[in-house]
Amino acid sequence: MRYVIIGAGVAGYSALQAIRSVDKTGEIVMISDDPNGYYSRPGLAYYLTGELDDKALYPNKQEDYKKLNFKYIRGRVTKIMREDRTLELDGKTLLTYSKLLVAVGARATPLDVPGSKLEGVVKLDHLADAKNIVKLARGGRSAVVVGGGITALELTEGLIARGMKVHYLLRGDHYWSNVLEKGESEVVEHRLQEEGVQLHRQAEIKEIVGKRNQVSEVRLQDGRVIKCDLVAYAIGIRPCMELVKDIGLKLDRGILADEHLQTSDPDIYAAGDVAQVFDPLTGRAVLDSLWNPAREQGKVAGLNMAGRKTAYLKSPPFNVTRLAGLTTTIIGTVGRGYDLDLFGIARGDSETWRDMPDAIVAQNGFDVNHMRLLLGEKTLLGAVIMGDQKLSWPLQKMIVGAADISPIREQLMKPNAPVADLIADFWVNWRQNADL
Amino acid sequence: MSFLNIFKTDATRHTTMYSGHVVPDAVRCVQCGICSYNCPIGIDVRAHVWREQPVKHSECLTCGECVARCPRGVLRFVQTDLFERRDE
Repeated sequence: MRYVIIGAGVAGYSALQAIRSVDKTGEIVMISDDPNGYYSRPGLAYYLTGELDDKALYPNKQEDYKKLNFKYIRGRVTKIMREDRTLELDGKTLLTYSKLLVAVGARATPLDVPGSKLEGVVKLDHLADAKNIVKLARGGRSAVVVGGGITALELTEGLIARGMKVHYLLRGDHYWSNVLEKGESEVVEHRLQEEGVQLHRQAEIKEIVGKRNQVSEVRLQDGRVIKCDLVAYAIGIRPCMELVKDIGLKLDRGILADEHLQTSDPDIYAAGDVAQVFDPLTGRAVLDSLWNPAREQGKVAGLNMAGRKTAYLKSPPFNVTRLAGLTTTIIGTVGRGYDLDLFGIARGDSETWRDMPDAIVAQNGFDVNHMRLLLGEKTLLGAVIMGDQKLSWPLQKMIVGAADISPIREQLMKPNAPVADLIADFWVNWRQNADL
Repeated sequence: MSFLNIFKTDATRHTTMYSGHVVPDAVRCVQCGICSYNCPIGIDVRAHVWREQPVKHSECLTCGECVARCPRGVLRFVQTDLFERRDE
């Protein structure tokens, strides 16, 4: 038996652990072309701000890997030949597999404007990208950040922490408009401005201009010109589909996977950012680019590959992040529509967040401590919690656990309802019954 | 990492230092390592979180540094059963 895992992200690593937990002797091969192997990709945001050094991003020590008894190949899989269950490595070596996991992740959608290949145009996919940004970001210089979602603000915060003047371009009027409500976006925008970020609304890049192949300014469609030394973009991510696009697997925006993370080929599994997995919450297959679903999917894929039939039960997607320094939790379905700043989804993101049904909204005021709840017939469908996070954990558990909120629903719907108090009181009782 | 933080004298610390331990909510964790990086005595808090285990480490000072530094609210204090044995 030879298990092959393509990709060394959290989905791949989690699958490796799961396979080994079931099959103590089977051969496991992990292949990745990322020179840094397995590290915390979300941690790059904290590396950029200087809260961590790069060595701290690696969760495992050599002895942890030794215990797993697997072979690691640093290289690139260039072809999958399904009929022979064989992989081609770096265009030459062949390697057969019994079960294959494709966990190759996603990468930044390229910025398609003249000048985007100039030195100083950067993205944030890998540790190598983050190190490049740290190298280029020097105090007193100026940067333009373009895009949306969490990554655009991670770039902004990182560049500010390194003393740069940041111009943030929004194609529309508001930040992350299909996940956040207008008032929530305004809180984030206000805080960015307080940090010294210059916001440019209705700003569409026409071209990036360079001197001696180095970025020197950005020209906008409406004639505005912004002098800068760096352009950082985060306009979305795309699953890495090159390897699978012509091999006859069922594909959509990602590789379609069933609840066992199995693709249309019973010997090939998919997990993580490249997998488009059935979501019972929305009744369709969706993309997530979140750490914990990737970990869970990798685990379930690994168990199934090793013969232990296990179903992946997708939970309402959940993330905690900092938006302009404001801790923000997003759970379930909270937004809808389009965001002009993103093509598809970003990192740390979920398509499900944008599937907001016609639900009733309960919320408190739009100061830095803000909470918005989406009320279904009997349950909470989603929540956005900004600032004070005391109710973040209870709300997460109540949404995932489909708590029946009927006893407080009417009260929550009243104008100026004490939403936080009602939830806190309800939680105390529900928690006891749910044994949490 | 701020070693001096372990000498802070806030009420929460006084309570937790003798009666609490740190527990993780693993689904929130992205293994960034800020907790381990800031632990003044070098406990690999992140590894506990991956294994979904409480930080019942014999050397844990319950200083609260990891709880306070985690940007994602993964860690919190709970009361320790004083008659329960601590592992290494």
